[in-house]
Amino acid sequence: MSSKTITIFDKSVEDRKGISLPSFDVPQKSLDKKYIRKQKANLPKLSEFDVVRHYTNLSNKNFSIDKNFYPLGSCTMKYNPKVAERVASLEGFTSIHPHTITNGMDDDIQGCFQTIDMLEKTLCEITGMKAFTTSPQAGAHGEMLGIMMIDKYHKSKGNKRKYIIVPDSSHGTNPATAAMVGYDVITIKSDENGAMDFEAFKEKMNEDVAAVMLTVPNTLGIFNKKIKDICDLAHSYDAMMYYDGANMNAIMGVVRPGDIGFDVIHINVHKTFATPHGGGGPGSGPVGVNEKLIPFLPDLRVKKSNSRYFIDDIPKNSIGKISPFFGNFGISLRAIVYILTLGANGVKNSSSKAVLNANYIRVRLKDYFDVPYDGACMHECVFSAKTLAKNGVTAMDIAKYLLDFGMHSPTVYFPLIVKEAIMIEPTETENKQTIDMFCDRMIKAVELAKTNPQEFKSYPKTLGVCRADDTRAIKNLDVCYC
Amino acid sequence: MPYTPHTPKEVSAMLDTIGLENENELFDCIPRELQIDGLNLPNGLDEFTVFSKFKEIASKNATNKTIFMGGGYYDHIIPSAVDALSMRSEFYTAYTPYQAEASQGTLQSLYEYQSLVCALMGMEVSNASMYDGATALAEAALMAVRITKRNKILIDKWVNPTYIKVVQTYLEFRDIDVEVVDYNDANIDENIAAFLFQNPNFIGDINEFESLIDTLHQNKALAVMSVYPIALGLLKTPGELNVDIVSADGQCLGNYMSFGGPSFGIIATKQKYIRDLPGRIIGKTLDKDDNELFVLTMQAREQHIRRHRATSNICSNQNLLALRSTIFMSLVGQDGFEQLAQLNYSKCEYLKEQLKTITKIEIFNQKDTFNEFVIKIDKDVTLFLEELSSKGFYAGINLGKLYENLQNCILVSVTEKRTKEQIDNLVAAIKELV
Repeated sequence: MSSKTITIFDKSVEDRKGISLPSFDVPQKSLDKKYIRKQKANLPKLSEFDVVRHYTNLSNKNFSIDKNFYPLGSCTMKYNPKVAERVASLEGFTSIHPHTITNGMDDDIQGCFQTIDMLEKTLCEITGMKAFTTSPQAGAHGEMLGIMMIDKYHKSKGNKRKYIIVPDSSHGTNPATAAMVGYDVITIKSDENGAMDFEAFKEKMNEDVAAVMLTVPNTLGIFNKKIKDICDLAHSYDAMMYYDGANMNAIMGVVRPGDIGFDVIHINVHKTFATPHGGGGPGSGPVGVNEKLIPFLPDLRVKKSNSRYFIDDIPKNSIGKISPFFGNFGISLRAIVYILTLGANGVKNSSSKAVLNANYIRVRLKDYFDVPYDGACMHECVFSAKTLAKNGVTAMDIAKYLLDFGMHSPTVYFPLIVKEAIMIEPTETENKQTIDMFCDRMIKAVELAKTNPQEFKSYPKTLGVCRADDTRAIKNLDVCYC
Repeated sequence: MPYTPHTPKEVSAMLDTIGLENENELFDCIPRELQIDGLNLPNGLDEFTVFSKFKEIASKNATNKTIFMGGGYYDHIIPSAVDALSMRSEFYTAYTPYQAEASQGTLQSLYEYQSLVCALMGMEVSNASMYDGATALAEAALMAVRITKRNKILIDKWVNPTYIKVVQTYLEFRDIDVEVVDYNDANIDENIAAFLFQNPNFIGDINEFESLIDTLHQNKALAVMSVYPIALGLLKTPGELNVDIVSADGQCLGNYMSFGGPSFGIIATKQKYIRDLPGRIIGKTLDKDDNELFVLTMQAREQHIRRHRATSNICSNQNLLALRSTIFMSLVGQDGFEQLAQLNYSKCEYLKEQLKTITKIEIFNQKDTFNEFVIKIDKDVTLFLEELSSKGFYAGINLGKLYENLQNCILVSVTEKRTKEQIDNLVAAIKELV
């Protein structure tokens, strides 16, 4: 018997109510009929308990970091400390109206300003940048801001630039961001070690290039040894170096992008600084810049003088606004709480243990899977299932198999340059027992692939649904209960 | 307080397996000359010290004042069930639902979100959320440029001024012309991709945009409307008005003001434009055994597949906040939503009538308003608002800080949370001051 989904709309019962609103203590007024909608909105009618039970049951259909191991490469699914949630729930933060800034009532929002200032300064220290803004609401939003500032920088100098360079191992957001800001993209292939091919880069680098966007370590978990040379060459053409901070969790306290020579950086605090992923968001993507780009930062800057915080003058060549105020303030707050609990040593220790866990997995599994790029990795390791695929078992099959054993799948089919890629990022918060259990399960998967490959198509068996028909989803498009 | 579980014994066992002597060797792949000695940060704190520290920081923000400020962020009720359900770690610590079988909770709630948004807006399709109302409007403008292949956007001067700034930033780098105009005398021709307008507008006016929308469609241009979701409990829907793309901020739907974020953005459109929507979309399909399930669909629009040809670079959205709004809309329900809008309207009208009786106060709006309006006074607004603040009221937003020609004006907002007593007290306080 095939099962049907039951939505909140299916549970609606005429005349049922889920909420008691504040009463009419003023005369009820009616708005002129000409403005009024023809019919009431078709929202469901349920009791509060109906709603609570519905969404509690739905939540049980999710994997989540509190329940499951999530070795998703490039996603940094680490534990989200509870103290950060508790702080973020304080009324002194949740109830603050952002237009208090507009009214200039700075004395009433010193706590918010202090939080922002603390995070900006701390991120400067961790990354080696000169200034930060918390305005971007996600990593990709930060990328966009970074490239906008770079564009304004070039325009201010009369430079005419057309291209952004990205390696072929980059995240999709990098080329998509370049296009959002009106640039064409040049993609550079990777060399035999998985790093951006330096010779190929040299060939393409010229005065038409605005910036080079790099993830360090890259999406293969590899630190590019020629990084300094890349920066120097780009700078010799007055091109800017953009650091995609998606993999910042690998290098904290060991090396700083600002010291290497990067001009702009964004950080995904929902990765590196343990703010919850929320099933896809909210993120937050603070952006750091060096001296040259400070004049181009978004309009709202917090400044401190005589132990009082206030809004500074708008930076001279500000790009304006990409968010109305300070971005996802509540997320910035969780990030600084997390960093303060770790402290200097804890920050470094996080990266160190993340790299330890990843290398341990790499060594334990290297004899069972294809290894596209040999050698030590940083916080994530990439395997390929191409040999297994010849036997009919794909990376996706492995991913689905793991789900039945309470583990989320690794990232598969990314980076695009690795066939049947399986990209594993354990993070530092997982213990050895969990990691061993994962490795054992991966090895069992390989054994099963050899003895009973056809069995794989039936995984996952325990989750109630198995293998969506994605083509049907597009052909018989159903995106709304209406 | 480290969150790493490794014991020294485990560390050495793991290093052994890897074939290393000590942890520092893990970083041998990084050239030595690039490595630093350590970070100049304080030592880690225990959680109780950290919590006390932030409790003290939070106490430096004022929370004891009655809020009559709106302007895109509103002090609405948040039912307890919204917090309780959205704080379930199965929701808030889950990843993006790429693995459908392990994410039916997130996927179904997002499908319900899209459906609730469509029901409220009278639109055919919605995505699974944007960052906020401002960026949703900017993305709507970009979407209109893609659809019409035209390069000019008009935006009404009474759209939220912070939204206008965000739209201008997004479009500037694409060499798209943006003109801020008055919709009554806008020059609409066949060069225009879209007209962006807001209802109720930033100063609270309810406008009838029917003829504007007709003119736009005659010129094959799109109507892009930014709305205030709560007002749609009463007002004509964008769908009824034949709007092409609608955007909104979702803070008012069960989310905290939180100093401006996180909130989330709504974007919805007509079926025929679905391929031009930015961001994630959830669809319903069948699995291999014909069971119904939900999946991320039409991903060929998105950056992880299409790279530089994607409809947007957006990846992370504001899922958790959209989930909160889903729970909020489900709780408030059909009749509740109308009543909620009615309460906002009536309470605001009550304040307006009381203020009208004060001779030195002028109501700036010439039109009907929903739950916000502008008063004009012949005093220094900054001082006036500060005095009211010291009496315990955030009486409104100083429009002189946002518009040069509105130096004596204050934008006042009333939500269902304000009691008659609070409104009467504000009126009494204002009477004393003018």
